[in-house]
Amino acid sequence: MGLTKFEIAQRISQELKNGYYVNLGIGIPTLVANYIPKKISVILQSENGLLGMGPFPDKNNVDPDLINAGKETVTTLSGSSLFNSAESFAMIRGGRVNLTVLGAMEVSQNGDIANWKIPGKMVKGMGGAMDLVASAKNIIVAMMHTNKKGESKLLKECSLPITGIECVKKIVTNLAVIDVENGKFILKERAPGISVSEIIEATEGELIVAEKVTEIKV
Amino acid sequence: MNKVFKSAAEAIFDVENNATIMLGGFGLCGIPENLIAALVQRGSKNLTCISNNAGVDDFGIGLLLKTRQVKKMISSYVGENAEFERQLLNGELEVDLIPQGTLAERCRAAGAGIPAFYTPAGVGTEVARNKEKKVFNGKTYLMELAFDSDFAFIKAWKGDTLGNLIYRGTARNFNPMMAAAGKITIVEVEELVPAGSIDPNIIHTPSIYVDRIFEGSNYEKRIEKITTQ
Repeated sequence: MGLTKFEIAQRISQELKNGYYVNLGIGIPTLVANYIPKKISVILQSENGLLGMGPFPDKNNVDPDLINAGKETVTTLSGSSLFNSAESFAMIRGGRVNLTVLGAMEVSQNGDIANWKIPGKMVKGMGGAMDLVASAKNIIVAMMHTNKKGESKLLKECSLPITGIECVKKIVTNLAVIDVENGKFILKERAPGISVSEIIEATEGELIVAEKVTEIKV
Repeated sequence: MNKVFKSAAEAIFDVENNATIMLGGFGLCGIPENLIAALVQRGSKNLTCISNNAGVDDFGIGLLLKTRQVKKMISSYVGENAEFERQLLNGELEVDLIPQGTLAERCRAAGAGIPAFYTPAGVGTEVARNKEKKVFNGKTYLMELAFDSDFAFIKAWKGDTLGNLIYRGTARNFNPMMAAAGKITIVEVEELVPAGSIDPNIIHTPSIYVDRIFEGSNYEKRIEKITTQ
């Protein structure tokens, strides 16, 4: 229902600006790299120590010494640089990364994000997510509006252990584009074929409907 | 001064039970394969391992988990390892999960003579429990401590007999900070060259941090996720 994960990535790509340094998380965020508008230049940061990350290699150019933060083989682009993990997080905490796109299990209406742990079930760790959300100037969450049980992932308060507080600025889901402002969700855009009331129904947190809700264009 | 050892087994002659060991690498990229294999052979137990990840079931630190040599893991991300998850959920393994940037900086601080630092990562989360908090310019930060590690196991691409090192690609990751942080730093390289044959301009880790070095063999350099176009 609504956007596919590819269309979510495509919508997020519209937020990119020329000259941005961008960190893309694992999952839907990684797909954003496929939709960077041709007329702008965006440099991807991979927190394992690479600026200027390129596409996946072809079969003959796989290099075990060149992976992304999701441990997948990648390539470097012209103008790229390599560095150690302390330096990588120095540029993240130092506020040099312009945009961070992350997946999430839950987001609360004050911008808290939970995406690293389900107590008793999943214990994988936070990786670099806590450093990213604590410092990034602009964080966009890419996720499905509801979980597999059909429950809203946009909540008054996160029920899962949180990754960071008051940090998410925008959420793009299969149903809608929602901003986080002053402790509330603001509905800005709706997916084609999805009504405002369906989005309200699927949102547990307090949702303000903007004066003008436009249809998402991808 | 001779830092050169013949093999991994000889280079870890004094790694005893209860040791704390830093291991470089991100996933399986840039991990000290030869040193891990030698440690499995040596059988040292009750180890505390500081490493970003815990390997996979049959490679990397996963090999040390299988033989139950690890008492505690300090990592940022431990997915993709069923044996690890089983030991953790059964309470057989202690695990300290910490943010990746904090992990890197706790290594860096240890090597730089800085006992503690403040970071925003983890504020308001369970990572902040029992940690000193301090406000700078209106923003809250957590105090984090430098690591204290007996050994650092490092993988570099090329090294000289004095211990000057160069890393390759994203296999650099945590290796340089850990090299500086280990009380005893043991390095394996794919190619060991005579001192003086690496251009000083391009050395990543200066020799002063390195106690022991050897040329590794039979590198598998396994790729966790081969992804192609």
